[in-house]
Amino acid sequence: MFPLDYHALLPEIILATTVLVMLVVDLTTRKKHFVALTAMVGLFAAFVPVLTLAFCDTLEFCAAAGVDRVLFGGSYVVDGYALVFKGLFIFAAFIALLLSIGYLETDRFYEGEYYFLLIVSALGAVVMASSRDFITMIVALELVSGPAFLLAGWRKGDPRSNEAALKFFITGVIALALLLFGVSLLYGLTGTMQFDQMALASVAVAELPLFTLGVIFVLLGFGFKVSAVPFHFWTPDTYEGAPKPVTAWIAVGSKAAGFVGLLTVAYLAFPGVTEVWGPVMWVVAVLSMTIGNIVAIKQTNVIRLLGYSSIAQAGFMLAPFGAAAASGADSLGQVFSATVTYLIIFVVMNLGAFAVVITIGSRVGSYELEDWAGLLRYAPGLATVLAVFFMSLAGIPPLAGWFAKFAVFQATIGVGNWWGYSIAIVAALNAVIAFVYYSKVLKPAFFDPVPKGADLEMLDAGEIPAPIGFALGLTVFGVIVLGVFPGVAANLGQYSAQVVAAIGG
Amino acid sequence: MDWFENGWGLSLIVFLPVIGAAVVMAIPKAKESAIKWTALIFSLVTLALAVMLAVQFDYSAAGTYQFGTAMDTSWINAINAHFHIAVDGISLPMVVLATLITVLVIVYSWNHWPEPHNPKLLLVFVLILATGMTGTFVALDLVLFFVFFEVVLLPMYFMIGIWGDRAIREIPVVKWKIEMRLYASLKFFIFTLFGSVFMLLGFLALYFKSEEALGYRSFSMIELSTIGAAGAFTGTFAFLVFAGLFIGFAVKVPMWPFHTWLPDAHTAAPTIGSVILAAVLLKMGTYAFIRIAIPILPEQAVAWAPFIGVLAVIGIIYGSLACLAQTDIKRLIAYSSVGHMGFVMLGIATLTDIGINAAVIGMVAHGLITGLLFFIAGSMAHRYHTRDMNRLGGNMMLMPKMGVLLGFAAMASLGLPSLAGFWGEFMALMSAFNPLAAIGATPLFRGFMVVGAIGTVLTASYMLYMLRSVNFGEASDEWADTEFADVDIFEWMAWAPLVIGTIAIGVYPKIVFGATNGAVVALLEKAFGG
Repeated sequence: MFPLDYHALLPEIILATTVLVMLVVDLTTRKKHFVALTAMVGLFAAFVPVLTLAFCDTLEFCAAAGVDRVLFGGSYVVDGYALVFKGLFIFAAFIALLLSIGYLETDRFYEGEYYFLLIVSALGAVVMASSRDFITMIVALELVSGPAFLLAGWRKGDPRSNEAALKFFITGVIALALLLFGVSLLYGLTGTMQFDQMALASVAVAELPLFTLGVIFVLLGFGFKVSAVPFHFWTPDTYEGAPKPVTAWIAVGSKAAGFVGLLTVAYLAFPGVTEVWGPVMWVVAVLSMTIGNIVAIKQTNVIRLLGYSSIAQAGFMLAPFGAAAASGADSLGQVFSATVTYLIIFVVMNLGAFAVVITIGSRVGSYELEDWAGLLRYAPGLATVLAVFFMSLAGIPPLAGWFAKFAVFQATIGVGNWWGYSIAIVAALNAVIAFVYYSKVLKPAFFDPVPKGADLEMLDAGEIPAPIGFALGLTVFGVIVLGVFPGVAANLGQYSAQVVAAIGG
Repeated sequence: MDWFENGWGLSLIVFLPVIGAAVVMAIPKAKESAIKWTALIFSLVTLALAVMLAVQFDYSAAGTYQFGTAMDTSWINAINAHFHIAVDGISLPMVVLATLITVLVIVYSWNHWPEPHNPKLLLVFVLILATGMTGTFVALDLVLFFVFFEVVLLPMYFMIGIWGDRAIREIPVVKWKIEMRLYASLKFFIFTLFGSVFMLLGFLALYFKSEEALGYRSFSMIELSTIGAAGAFTGTFAFLVFAGLFIGFAVKVPMWPFHTWLPDAHTAAPTIGSVILAAVLLKMGTYAFIRIAIPILPEQAVAWAPFIGVLAVIGIIYGSLACLAQTDIKRLIAYSSVGHMGFVMLGIATLTDIGINAAVIGMVAHGLITGLLFFIAGSMAHRYHTRDMNRLGGNMMLMPKMGVLLGFAAMASLGLPSLAGFWGEFMALMSAFNPLAAIGATPLFRGFMVVGAIGTVLTASYMLYMLRSVNFGEASDEWADTEFADVDIFEWMAWAPLVIGTIAIGVYPKIVFGATNGAVVALLEKAFGG
């Protein structure tokens, strides 16, 4: 048996304990916000070992141990890349939790179970970041998705919520089936499930059509998870129907987990055969960016608009993958770090965008953009925050989004071949198109007068619940700091990319 | 005064306005006078610092960067981007202009709030704009430049969209009817964003290519221009990069045929928005040509010069002819900017010291004069409630002081000698007689000179046409019973510096040349070997 490195596993252990404690708390009290409080404490506690692991070299008790954090024979690795994402997922879950607390009070919901499922999903994402073989990864992926399927249908009385859950579930299961099928092909050809061994074995079989098929199936499976075109159809419907805080978690946490899977598989399992998956990703990235953006222009509902925006952003994050085709080993780390950098910024700004949209939506009582007219008059603070997030999404400096796009341009051009140049130009054009629909959100809020007959007293009186206010504050702060000092995100990206450099292409 | 010289002074000039914006945001909306005074004080302190900068500037070494932060202030270390700002003789006048205009705009706003009334938000936007503008003129790192270049977009977008013209306009081709402000704000943003993403791709290409010559990747304008002058960027690569930069800068200038956002944006914007747009934002494009495109890609600058020259003279003629066809006074002034920026670009295209000096003084003069014109047009529209020149007339009788000022500004704009506008036009034409020999298209440029000279005649004719229809003649019956308030105290305070500046530079252009000449000569020597 392997000796267990308990320090490395501490975040998972804490989260797993937390969910159990939450069940107990849920049974013993009628005040359900204690369950949420437990979850919050658990997330905080889980974040501590992530930090101690990250700064292990500078901590006396940790550096002395001198372990390489490779567990279970290489199936589970706690390295810089894993830690960056563990931290990010815990942050995302924390914000989603804050958003949920206010939301669940608006109607009669099962509260305790909701929080339980949310944290389980987060636990899955945390495991995902470390998994380095297909079995662990698929288990982690389903641990993320399973609770999310249930949460999407939480508004039981609403047919839309049911539709959302069903669509999400069916596409999720199809994706899983594709993924498993692809994995079985790859296992048959390479004889291993573990990524580092597959990286060595795959070069020999790269010419086989069956291998290509296996890789493509695996990528398709993840394509559903990250809602890339042409596997995006569920996205707007699910986003619209699910309870909004769940949408935030699906759109950010679960999607980021999908990207972690994609990154791990592409760069750690198949770094030597970029010519197999690079072109596929190129096409998917171009389609996602372009179709996501163009369809988004027509949206009138802000949640659906965010859904399409999220598809387009998936395209942006896939663009570095597309540029990786036929690129040398040195630029692999660079394209890898671009996607990681984008993901970090993506998580902060999209959570913020959902937070502000949820706040305004519940104040106005509608997510249709035309109903948001005149927001600036009665809620200037919220309107400003709305502008901050949507302009960040549009990539306007000095808000964080600019650097996400910048990182993608930089990495794709840096590859130095036409796979990279071409996708950089497509991405550049899409960055312009994107502004059209992001500005569509600002137009009613800032430029239009308050609609006649609107109940101004009611609109004025609305207060932002404390947890949501806290979530907004955190994300606004994050978006501005990451925008003015984008080096933070870039360094985390490079820190993660060491994992690719270690493999050496 | 060490702190002032080693970068802190300049950093304060750039960031004080945005700190001011944060302070203004913290003041409750109801306390209007506190908001106004806060904004004014922050902008005045910034202007005072800029004046101090101009006083302490070492004019004998105008070609070297002064008051800068040390090179090694790393900003984004992962991509070797630095926080590096400094001024030389070319950026100094622009910094002073930008800070001055900010103050004037705030003073003017004191009792001229566009509808919907929201002084707090408007002043926040003005202050953010100020940071973006000065930052663009002092940045010496391409990423930093890009960020400041983009920062100005958002406040201007909101300014046009919120306080802009509510007239309904039909979009050509698709025939949608849409409010002018919505159309213009989006068009302004999309055009500029389109240009700037290609500019950014160009910057990145330079960044990666610089590794061959430097051994590491750099965004530093100084390092890139050093290796650029040594021939690091050549061939198709340089051509494509220049094309990217050209799109970015030419949209901003704007050069014909990228100019179509300008008349819409300037016309739809509220008065102070038009003033800032015309007086400062346009200069960011021409400044970037001088600061970035020419020194880093000298070979391509030479190759593109005839093409840029052609577009410049087309701009001159087109802008002037378009002016003659306008009935909206603001739109006329907007089109006149296209023509004036054509002269600036013609000066730049010659790649000579005279031409680029002409361009910088032309930029400053255009900032002062067109700023004044937009102020006056705004004040008149405020009083007459129309900008239609067919309905105006007899302004000299109705508002004599306003009429005199308008006449003065129009004369300055058409290039009357002894006023600031003269030098830019005259010297641009003069430089076109003898462009840089390396371009090898001297006869062509002499042709430009002739066409440009015709342009000055056209400029005179549309300005006189404007004066005739607005200022002279009898006032129509429409205004017979109306009592008009002539220029008020805030207008005097906002406009007097512009008038004084126009006369001072006109009479004694060395105010500008004293700073620019050394820098321009040094820049050209570095790029083209003297």
